[in-house]
Amino acid sequence: MSTTNKLCSMKEAISASVKNGSSLVIDGFTHLICFAAGHEIIRQGIKDLTAIRLTPDLVYDQLIEAGCVKKLVFSWAGNPGVGSLHALRRRGEANSPQRLELDEYSHFGLLSRFLAASAGLPFWPLNNYFGGDIAQANPAIKTVQCPYTGQTLATVPALHPDVAIIHCQRADVEGNAQVWGLLGSQKEVAFAARKVIVVAEQIVPTEVIRRDPNRTVVPGIIVSHVVHEPWGCHPSFVQGFYDRDNDFYVKWEDISRQPETYQAYLQEFVYGVKDRQEYLKKLESGLLDKLRAKPRMSEGVDYGY
Amino acid sequence: MATETQTGASASERMAYRASQELHDGNVVFVGIGLPNLACNLARATHAPGLFMIYESGAVGAIPERLPVSIGDPSLVTDSLAVVSQADIFQCLLQRGHIEVGFLGGAQVDKWGNINTTVIGDYANPKVRLPGSGGACEIAVHARRLLIIMRMSKRTFVERCDFVTSPGHRMNGKSRAELGMPGGGPTCLITDLGVMEFDATGEAVLTEVYPGVTPEAVQAACGWKLKVADTLKTASVPDDATLRLLRERLDPQRLYL
Repeated sequence: MSTTNKLCSMKEAISASVKNGSSLVIDGFTHLICFAAGHEIIRQGIKDLTAIRLTPDLVYDQLIEAGCVKKLVFSWAGNPGVGSLHALRRRGEANSPQRLELDEYSHFGLLSRFLAASAGLPFWPLNNYFGGDIAQANPAIKTVQCPYTGQTLATVPALHPDVAIIHCQRADVEGNAQVWGLLGSQKEVAFAARKVIVVAEQIVPTEVIRRDPNRTVVPGIIVSHVVHEPWGCHPSFVQGFYDRDNDFYVKWEDISRQPETYQAYLQEFVYGVKDRQEYLKKLESGLLDKLRAKPRMSEGVDYGY
Repeated sequence: MATETQTGASASERMAYRASQELHDGNVVFVGIGLPNLACNLARATHAPGLFMIYESGAVGAIPERLPVSIGDPSLVTDSLAVVSQADIFQCLLQRGHIEVGFLGGAQVDKWGNINTTVIGDYANPKVRLPGSGGACEIAVHARRLLIIMRMSKRTFVERCDFVTSPGHRMNGKSRAELGMPGGGPTCLITDLGVMEFDATGEAVLTEVYPGVTPEAVQAACGWKLKVADTLKTASVPDDATLRLLRERLDPQRLYL
């Protein structure tokens, strides 16, 4: 049996895949957001990115503050339950000297762009955007008449990111990646992208994957790099591994509000460390133990025949 | 303290409580973050134990042990009936018509229940950049009934929204039916001063005020000439036991209260 070992460091995966001007998704919906990948992109000083995600959050805001992003494609940008993304706000409002280009949808609209791309279709229809201003503000949202019923439907064009970075609980060295808990749009984004980096909390033998095949959301055939990065999502979370660091999200509001404290944070926790392991060592002692998940095992299932 | 008599309810507590009264046992509700989240969890802990809560993040039939800070909290996954992809949430549950009740708030609302969560000012050159739609636009289009929950001020209750993110009953003179919208639209606008319902033309009408609030005070906080019902009801407020439940069990960290 032949296997391709795609395991490499985050540094190698990013420098091989993400270029100046690339379009990029670091996916995740609150869950499984790979901060480790975002920080490595900032350290490598990559510029002019088109950053794409339904819910650009703190790590996207950090990419913006660090000057890596030219354009943001999104549907909801904020610090969920807490406040604004302050780097984005500073570059998104009328008086900003460095306006960011914005390409805006609703969640269902942007998700549908990934659905079209992941299915190899040029567009996707949706029963949406009646009367409101989103479709007026975005000329890429068009309409089509259903050839069967005559109904008018909204459409959005397929979106193929150059690179998708997908964090998962476990993967094998070929990139067969298993996820549980909130699935977000990981599968659709991976199939839409031209290149896929899988980042995993655990690297497991392929037999472990094969024993529970329904949990695999990304098959290795579409994956180019595999990175083993435990705690790679902090302050985001990984179900069954560690909780969301909600205190950090609350504190972030104060850190990010002023450019000075924001830059000081980046200096200390991003530029000031060489990789994720060093970042973890800088966190307050006892934090990781506090966030580590308490086990809640599921019953096994019988795949026999 | 459990034995202490609770002092009067705050604006947020009144709104969360009044919103919870709109939820009936067994309702399938699409839960948003903030006060809607608290209202749904309050309803489930009191009169609607069978409330079926669906979160945009993918949790279906969630029964969170703690108050989720975000709609993507891990406590929504643990013990859920199902956790599905976002494609399934938007296509199979929302677009397919399975959501009975949706919940939205925003930075601006107008008399037709149109909501703005996108920008203040001109879209191309905004004075304030807000988070955007998220799933709000499609919730407003598809939920069979929509509850809006917002604090009142002339700045937020406006004659015309700067941007309509989530459609209400009428846009540029056209009704939902004329625009072919499947969901029922807003039924109730719950504020910190009172409650509005929408009449046959789709316009908000003040139907309830909280004890001690006059219709004049509500009009003073509203940017359009407000329709007022002939008989104005007094909005129900939470009792001591409910306040204790809200403060001590549902939101002990006072995230939303």
